[in-house]
Amino acid sequence: MSKKPLQFTLNGANKAVFVEDGQNLLDVLRREVGDFAPKYGCGQGTCGSCTVLIDGKPHLSCLTLAERSEGASIETASGLADGPDLHPLQDAFMEHFAAQCGYCTSGMLMAAKALLDHTPTPTREEVVEAIAGNVCRCTGYEPIINAILDAAARGRRFSA
Amino acid sequence: MTVTVTTYETATEAAHAIAAGTSTHFLGGGTLIMRALNEGDPSVRSIVMTGDIAMKQIRPAGAGMEIGAAVTMADILGSHDLGFLHSAARAVGGPAIRNMATLGGNLFARSPYGDLATALLALDGVVVLASGGGMREMPLSEFLAGRDGVAKGVVVSVRVSRPATLEAFRFHKVSRVRPKRIAVLTLAAHLPMNSGRITGARIAYGAMAPTPIRVPAVEQALEGASLDEQGIARALAVACEGCAPANDAIASEWYRREVTPVHLKRLLLGQAA
Ligand SMILES: Cc1cc2nc3c(=O)[nH]c(=O)nc-3n(C[C@H](O)[C@H](O)[C@H](O)COP(=O)(O)OP(=O)(O)OC[C@H]3O[C@@H](n4cnc5c(N)ncnc54)[C@H](O)[C@@H]3O)c2cc1C
Ligand code: FES
Ligand code: FES
Repeated sequence: MSKKPLQFTLNGANKAVFVEDGQNLLDVLRREVGDFAPKYGCGQGTCGSCTVLIDGKPHLSCLTLAERSEGASIETASGLADGPDLHPLQDAFMEHFAAQCGYCTSGMLMAAKALLDHTPTPTREEVVEAIAGNVCRCTGYEPIINAILDAAARGRRFSA
Repeated sequence: MTVTVTTYETATEAAHAIAAGTSTHFLGGGTLIMRALNEGDPSVRSIVMTGDIAMKQIRPAGAGMEIGAAVTMADILGSHDLGFLHSAARAVGGPAIRNMATLGGNLFARSPYGDLATALLALDGVVVLASGGGMREMPLSEFLAGRDGVAKGVVVSVRVSRPATLEAFRFHKVSRVRPKRIAVLTLAAHLPMNSGRITGARIAYGAMAPTPIRVPAVEQALEGASLDEQGIARALAVACEGCAPANDAIASEWYRREVTPVHLKRLLLGQAA
């Protein structure tokens, strides 16, 4: 099987790996790079637990052909906290009990970050739309929506 | 199972590779083809792609617009010139899907998908296709009707007419779950008016047949009609002519037929979906 070289930045750090033909980005992040924040839920684009930001925009890493990420800037939930300091979204998720089993959480955080990076004071409808591609089987969504609105209301800066 | 991925300079070279290969597929945004790959679908053995710039362009073409096949739903939403297609692009998936899903891939998406293709049909879409034998053009309706036969090529772009006025183009996607929604049915209408009468109406449905379709019976019934309850009555009576909707997890065939005239009426009278 042929292997192709691939370089990108992950949460600001340079990465260089070899990928197989047809391998998806989620697989590369988890297996080759060891970033376990993005989760494999469905591999079908329906759950959103694999959501990462590519050049600032939310993408489903399970449906992204890895070799297309050459030169890209990739952000995952692993890059949100600054040492012991959590990102405001992470604080708000904890305070609002927006994570139960936590499987959806890293995808939800990245979908929310993409929203707040461009729309610092979103409406409730905009929050709902931003996480429309992310499934949560535990919380019933209300705590997640409230957490994102609260993080926004605190008026902090949202670049990780 | 091994899959090979090859990148070509141009759409034409990619089209040659598809024509020469077996189980060879073009990669657009990948939202459907990567699903198949992740499932180990044996019909996907080889993938070809291209960075051909012609497929990324959005530009005026005569009185209309030409939109590259690699243009994504998010690209459409970011284009002021394509304002008339914003409601259709916004109807596709969630934000991540819209950053990935391309116009070209939408033409191949199986029912009940194909929301953007439905809008393009109502705007007299013409497909520019690179195939093993060179470039050719064909009406989108013809392309969709023979889709599985003509798919041995690469769609480079689609040309559409610009609606006479923003008000003349209407798009409704009917779904049961909000905001992430798969279509019960999708309706698009282009309704140019002349002295208060409709002239040259175009009506298209998604999810009412195996591919998005034009609805000639409704178009003919609207010719010369006024846009009021009386004027559209004949069109509503033939709302489902030529349709062959599926029974699927979203809705039964019966349900789709029952609600089509209701939603067509709302679309034509400018009422909320
Ligand atoms: C979670 C989810 C939600 C979705 N929601 C919607 C929705 O609401 N509405 C909707 O319409 N669709 C929806 N889709 C389906 C799909 O995302 C879209 O139809 C999208 O536009 C497909 O485009 P793509 O570029 O991702 O296709 P790809 O996966 O890249 O390709 C799909 C097919 O088209 C062929 N193809 C792609 N581009 C070309 C080209 N230029 N020339 C020749 N062949 C080509 C490929 O070979 C393949 O067979 C959804 C999908 C997912 C996973
Ligand atoms: S794992 Fe990617 S959307 Fe479910
Ligand atoms: S917290 Fe369990 S799926 Fe969302």
